[in-house]
Amino acid sequence: MAVSWIAGLRACAVVAGAALLLSGCGGAKVGEDTGAQASGDGGGKSACGTFNLAVNPWVGYEANAAVIAHVAEKELGCNVVKKDLKEEVAWQGFATGEVDAIVENWGHEDLKKKYIDEQKVAVAVGPTGNKGVIGWFVPPWMAEKYPDITDWKNLNKYADLFKTSESGGKGQLLDGDPSFVTNDEALVKNLKLDFKVVYAGSEAALITAFRQAEKQKTPLIGYFYDPQWFMSEVKLVKVDLPEWTEGCDADAAKVACDYPVYDLDKIVSKKFADSGSPAYELVKNFNWTNDDQNVVSKYISEDGMTAEQAAEKWVADNPDKIKAWLPAAAG
Amino acid sequence: MAAPSLTAKSSPPATAPGADDPPILDVRGLWKVFGPRADRVVGTPLAELSRTELKQRTGCVAAVRDVSFSVRRGEVFVVMGLSGSGKSTLVRCLTRLVEPTAGQVRLDDEDVLGCGERRLRELRRHRFGMVFQHFGLLPHRRVLDNVAYGLEIRGTKKDDRYERAREVLELVGLAGFEGSFPDQLSGGMQQRVGLARALAVDPEVLFFDEPFSALDPLIRREMQNEVIRLHREVGKTMIFITHDLSEALKLGDRILIMRDGALVQMGTPDQVVGAPADDYVRDFVSDVPKSDVLTLPWIMRDPRPGEPLDGPELAPDTVIRDAARTVLSAGRPVKVVSGGALLGVVTTAEILEVIAGPDPDTTQDTTPDAASDPDPDGPDPVATDRDEDGRS
Amino acid sequence: MAAVPTTATAATGAAAPGRAGWLRGRYLTVIVLAAWVALWALLRGRDTLALGGAELTPLHTRLSEGMDAIDAGRNSNPLFLYFINYIRLFIDESVTFVQALISRPSFGRPVPVIGWLGVTGIATAVALLYGNRRTALLTAAGFASFGLLGLWEESMDTLALTLTAVVLALAVGIPLGVWAGLSDRVNRFLTPVLDFMQTMPTFVYLAPLTLFFLIGPASGTVATMIYATPPVIRITAHGIREIPVSTLEASTSLGSTRAQALRKVRLPLAKRTIIVGANQTIMAALSMVTIAALIDAPGLGKTVLKALQTLDVGTAFNAGLAIVIMAIVLDRVTSAAGRRVEAERRSGRARGTRARRIEAGLVLAATAVLVYLSHVYVWAAEFPGGAGLGSYVKQGAGAASQWAQDTLVTYTDALKNLITYGLLNPFQSLLAGSPWWLVALVVVALALLLAGARAAIVAGVSLVLLVLLGLWHDSMVTLATTLVATLIVMVLGVVAGVWMGRSARVDQVLRPVLDAGQTMPAFVYLVPILGLFGATRFTAIIAAVAFAAPVSIKLVAEAVRGVSPTAVEAATAGGSSTWQLIAKVQLPMARAGITLAASQGLIYVLSMVVIGGLVGAGALGYDVVAGFSQYQLRGKGLAAGLAIVVLGIMLDRIMRAAAQRAAARPAPH
Repeated sequence: MAVSWIAGLRACAVVAGAALLLSGCGGAKVGEDTGAQASGDGGGKSACGTFNLAVNPWVGYEANAAVIAHVAEKELGCNVVKKDLKEEVAWQGFATGEVDAIVENWGHEDLKKKYIDEQKVAVAVGPTGNKGVIGWFVPPWMAEKYPDITDWKNLNKYADLFKTSESGGKGQLLDGDPSFVTNDEALVKNLKLDFKVVYAGSEAALITAFRQAEKQKTPLIGYFYDPQWFMSEVKLVKVDLPEWTEGCDADAAKVACDYPVYDLDKIVSKKFADSGSPAYELVKNFNWTNDDQNVVSKYISEDGMTAEQAAEKWVADNPDKIKAWLPAAAG
Repeated sequence: MAAPSLTAKSSPPATAPGADDPPILDVRGLWKVFGPRADRVVGTPLAELSRTELKQRTGCVAAVRDVSFSVRRGEVFVVMGLSGSGKSTLVRCLTRLVEPTAGQVRLDDEDVLGCGERRLRELRRHRFGMVFQHFGLLPHRRVLDNVAYGLEIRGTKKDDRYERAREVLELVGLAGFEGSFPDQLSGGMQQRVGLARALAVDPEVLFFDEPFSALDPLIRREMQNEVIRLHREVGKTMIFITHDLSEALKLGDRILIMRDGALVQMGTPDQVVGAPADDYVRDFVSDVPKSDVLTLPWIMRDPRPGEPLDGPELAPDTVIRDAARTVLSAGRPVKVVSGGALLGVVTTAEILEVIAGPDPDTTQDTTPDAASDPDPDGPDPVATDRDEDGRS
Repeated sequence: MAAVPTTATAATGAAAPGRAGWLRGRYLTVIVLAAWVALWALLRGRDTLALGGAELTPLHTRLSEGMDAIDAGRNSNPLFLYFINYIRLFIDESVTFVQALISRPSFGRPVPVIGWLGVTGIATAVALLYGNRRTALLTAAGFASFGLLGLWEESMDTLALTLTAVVLALAVGIPLGVWAGLSDRVNRFLTPVLDFMQTMPTFVYLAPLTLFFLIGPASGTVATMIYATPPVIRITAHGIREIPVSTLEASTSLGSTRAQALRKVRLPLAKRTIIVGANQTIMAALSMVTIAALIDAPGLGKTVLKALQTLDVGTAFNAGLAIVIMAIVLDRVTSAAGRRVEAERRSGRARGTRARRIEAGLVLAATAVLVYLSHVYVWAAEFPGGAGLGSYVKQGAGAASQWAQDTLVTYTDALKNLITYGLLNPFQSLLAGSPWWLVALVVVALALLLAGARAAIVAGVSLVLLVLLGLWHDSMVTLATTLVATLIVMVLGVVAGVWMGRSARVDQVLRPVLDAGQTMPAFVYLVPILGLFGATRFTAIIAAVAFAAPVSIKLVAEAVRGVSPTAVEAATAGGSSTWQLIAKVQLPMARAGITLAASQGLIYVLSMVVIGGLVGAGALGYDVVAGFSQYQLRGKGLAAGLAIVVLGIMLDRIMRAAAQRAAARPAPH
């Protein structure tokens, strides 16, 4: 047994020798050339601290978040922690103190009621400047071929076109991402349309369906929304439903009107709002247009940039807009 | 009776060692019933039912039915029966690997069935040893560690238990295989390991549960001789389960035959062969060459008037086969003598009857085959239990 | 375990189902089915208990309120304050620690403590010491490929989370498995709990989980554990139970205590089986990578989800490939370790031989050097060179997906229509279009005829539960889709399984493909199959089949291979043709394995119901997804999750009882 141990030791020695030889020509050492960068990171603006930014899973949101994160890091010296979360979990994060801000909120009156009004752990801090449009859309080739299809009154005329294996003999209305509350079943019923709502189940499913419909020139009508990066690839055409008026959608079962235009807004945690963090000021001041967001979204979705690269590029191109968002002291 | 028959003039000698000492193991009225509410069978009229009836009525199976026997110190006691006869269950009841339903088992003066768990473990660790049909070795341990296992679990120090294990391995002829793993050994060798494991703890009673039935015939014979040798060397009390009659006859000082859970006959090998208790046992022993098992008292008769009594003398424990040459070449009756007293004589006729069957001229209307001849006057078996015809 | 009480057997007279009884059963089955169709024609559309997508029942509202109440009690309840908080802290710290070691910049360094070279070295050394040279080579290549695909850090994050979850799952699961192996009572209690854990869709408890364990690694780990622990518990219990009686008896007869028998006999003998359990747990844990990413669990799953937002199939496939590679490496290493345990035991090669010590010494020393290098030098810490391979994979996969969507769509559309109109729609219309009480009666009657009284009772209770959950109609739609998917899985399973079981070469070629099908996250191929088949139930079926067929195929192959060679030889000697051999010998003799393949296939199909909801299957899957996404639907989501569990348990019990009964009956000719 002793012999074998000696053999083992000898083996170790051989390998160690080889290692020494290797390290002689080992190249750059870890930490050698990073000293300067490390000291630059902590520099001076540590007042911001950590900023927990929720990132909801769609590209437009990511554009908002990337730009805000970029500015917070570079201008305010914040340590931004991005958390990839679905909306409900993100809101829940206000209560557990794990999320400081949501920077593109689509409605969600029930969540607002729970977390802002009841639990008082969150506050709304104004619009992002983006307008959210929800509704029924058809691919452009259909709008061209059947110009009157964009009026809901003509939908029944075309119901046969939209029949699929899923719709049980009626026209198929492809509903979408389960994240959004839809009134579509009620709408179909109340507008007496010969359609059946079929749940695609995910944004990916919706986009793929529209993409294929345009490419293969197959008929499709479905639920969609804008701003959305896909709109810059295929400009879907909205079908006009009876116009939205205040209160027409109060009773979910009796809805017979279009969706309202959403002013997308920003929500922060109460704690974050009270912290006096410069990042809070940034979030509060953040405001841009649909076009701005679409540019950044396009960088991400079509040009294959990472969110960080896209934000950096846009920020470099729009220094004035950034200046307006910065807290007075930092500016 | 004109014709000589297999009727002993006196009970054949019971020469088991220590016959008069108190038994080391004493079993009284042992029952094992499997099934729902098995405890409600014994002691009720249900207990009288045959196995099949009981099964139909209650769903219970009586594996062991009211078995009593005692084993003397140093004896090799064989329990024999076909598969399903309850013999394996019986032996497991003795060490409570299977918990008996009713009855009594005493080891010396200790009530085995009344022991607490701790005491039972003590008994198993120090006084019982067991060898199994399928060896039950631990495949992940070396032979040495398998043999030392019993010592290990009772807390013997490593060096001591290895020393003892080596000793025992030597005894069973496995010296040099300490470092092997069970899978590397042949079946016979594996069973030697099993034997060594049982012997290592130096038990007083060794139980063998059909230890050689998984081995091929040559190895089996070798192992049987090994057991005989070991018995001679270490002198342990052995309780040996088998379904092989020749094995039982070869090894056993006494044999207990079971059928359908009940005891059919118990006695020495020549009692079983010479005086089967019932048709079942008779059937069993019909193929056994009687001349190999029976001794002279089974065939001798009183000298007839005028017979010459100057022939050679033989002792009563001589097996017939060994006496044959002497008797056949003597030309006159051979005397069976014990301590100077004449017990009887044996002539060519008696020898031939055993070996070749009865002479058709001298037998009247009895069946030609002596072995199947009803034998009401045969020596009483120690116990009989005629069973109901529940052969299913 | 499932012993039928003798009285019941006697009462139903099923003790010895002769040929006549079997035939009678068959006629009755046909009669029941015919009656169903006739009544359906009369009563269709009545009492179908359909519920709209956004409609709720009072129960759903109450479930929502219940979840709220738990949420509200979170900060005051001592259970949360102390117990769960500490568990969370412990798990978080564990994951963070492993991350600091291998994936994240830590301890003031710009890189992890151990760089790519060191990690690859350690993994290879483990594969070499516990497995063999081939797996070591595979491991080295696999880990290098993470770097080449440009996903080193993400892969290490996934590895960190998976390893932590697996270690904890084993720490909990093995003792529980041992306990369940020793005690029938514990086993009886655990079985339905494990069924529940495995069939309850993760989406249902993902959001509530973050209330307890907060956002991040701890929640991801716990979610992974919930899904991944059952296999090791079940398989360990099985291993402990199947120890040969004679070995245990021998140990008892020598006077060993229960503890001694466990430590010295059961555990060593069950070791190999327990390793198989660990292997299954690792695979299950890896299949949770993407779903855990929905609550910010770090790693490759995030890459997949991000890519899905922009329908970037290439990037998603690239990350999916890394997951598949990781799964294959971990699978091969643990399998090799299991085989090695067995081989060492059989050959009796002791652990301490000289050659082995030298080998171990060399390997450890070399590993230490690699770790040191990767700690000190940049080139060994950060994977050098870009993601050359990665960008090719992305482009290739993206192009392939595009090509398929553009050119194959006409054929795939036809296939979809054929199956949907020919099989799925009629079947669904029968199940979901009949009055609920009619379906319930038919199912109970069929269960009684095919599987016996016990299964019929389970079916009856399950069906009533579905009605009470308020999701009868959705359950029936999901049931129809599930059964059609299972049927396709079984057709594939038998065809490919027999092929694989009869030819070692086919096995060699197919196996990696099957492994990939099983471990590639469905999110990766959602986009191409959506492009090919649209947002339909058929797409959901395809996704389910892709996931479930590999398991069934492997099980059937295993069973075919397990058919006694003597029987095959005898049949061949008797002049059977290949087809006769398959149809008359191999398939009938592999029946037990095929039944197992069917029931496993069914469970795997059910576990894809939620994924199906993401691609147009609607019904229960969509209810769960919507419940995860919309605050006001969370109660309904929970109910839908429960409905899936109920369906799973019902189908499983009926199938198992029917199989048992079939096995007890002489095979019909």
